[in-house]
Amino acid sequence: MIDTALWISLALFSAAISLNFYRAVIGPSLPDRILAVDTMYMNSIALIVIFGIWVNGKNYFEAALLIAMLGFISTIAICKYLLRGDIIE
Amino acid sequence: MLNSILEGVIAFMLIAGGAFAFIGSLGLTHLKDFYMRLHGPSKTTTLGVGCTLVGSSLYFSLNDGPIVQELLITIFVFITAPVSAHMLAKSALHHKLKPDPRTRGNPVELESEKPKHSVEEAPQGKSPLP
Amino acid sequence: MIPPTRGLPMPVLSLLLLVVWLLLQHSLALGQWLLGGVLAIAIPLVCQPFWERQQRARRPFKLLRYVLRVLVDIVVANLEVSKLILDPRGKLRPALVEYPLTLKQNFPITILASTITLTPGTVSAHLRLDGRTLLIHALDVADIDALIDEIHQRYERPLMEIFEP
Repeated sequence: MIDTALWISLALFSAAISLNFYRAVIGPSLPDRILAVDTMYMNSIALIVIFGIWVNGKNYFEAALLIAMLGFISTIAICKYLLRGDIIE
Repeated sequence: MLNSILEGVIAFMLIAGGAFAFIGSLGLTHLKDFYMRLHGPSKTTTLGVGCTLVGSSLYFSLNDGPIVQELLITIFVFITAPVSAHMLAKSALHHKLKPDPRTRGNPVELESEKPKHSVEEAPQGKSPLP
Repeated sequence: MIPPTRGLPMPVLSLLLLVVWLLLQHSLALGQWLLGGVLAIAIPLVCQPFWERQQRARRPFKLLRYVLRVLVDIVVANLEVSKLILDPRGKLRPALVEYPLTLKQNFPITILASTITLTPGTVSAHLRLDGRTLLIHALDVADIDALIDEIHQRYERPLMEIFEP
């Protein structure tokens, strides 16, 4: 049962990541692209965790934690840059 | 018996997580303006990832004792997702992205600033300087 | 909750650090307790000078009830937003709402803004520090005043009871 569920959720997360990639490529504005990349790292956390279940390894959780922290901090840093730096106007 | 029930719960969590994340990304792709797109990832994807992590935590608890490490990531994601959504909305307002025309309400942040000197007003003609 | 002392300027943070350390190591050996304890005492002492003093929660049990209510609301919100995303034809009524804040301190305002983002159909977008208003974007709202009233009754009032005397 879990095997089937793993297949289904792996497919769903992969589809989600491709949709995010599509938005990151066409996104009309800069915040759109950042939002797409932000969502992409969230989905990749789940993808890594699912891979961890697949191979029955417990250490993948640390990779997921690292991605969560680095992704959050980089999103905040780019947003701060957009707010303070002069990109438009 | 108990194990098969737990397996059912794990399978449900994994599929529900995947479905939520997919719906969030769908919203990111096909809604009209940036402020509406922000809703999908900030709520739905967060819950989807949270569900998957809870499912993974249950799965590893199945074999050898309770494992709650994954819950740390869940808590972290639930604390940080609103913060990054707020920052993204703030930078969108700063760039004065146009909301969908159906949007009601017209906050000060989105009104375009008038330039202080237009080209017509600029001093022209005879210059006092030699 | 726990009164701060000289050696332990932030007792709750120290406790949290110790628990997180033990969870990350996933062992309850004596060495992990000692190392975690040393870190839990040292880190608050080191970062105390640049840490802004925050309001302490006066009623921890009400805070627990608030967290449970928000967790239930998150699930409900997600089902609503999923429905809206899957079937958006002409039904979306987005709005930018200015919400007048009655909370004063920074920390409760942060919790309120995060709660608003995680719960039904609203994202907190901008906090004006001078006018004390919060700008909210709502995905689908029929009556703006009803939304403001609901947020006030459901989230802001419990937070005021928890954090302000």
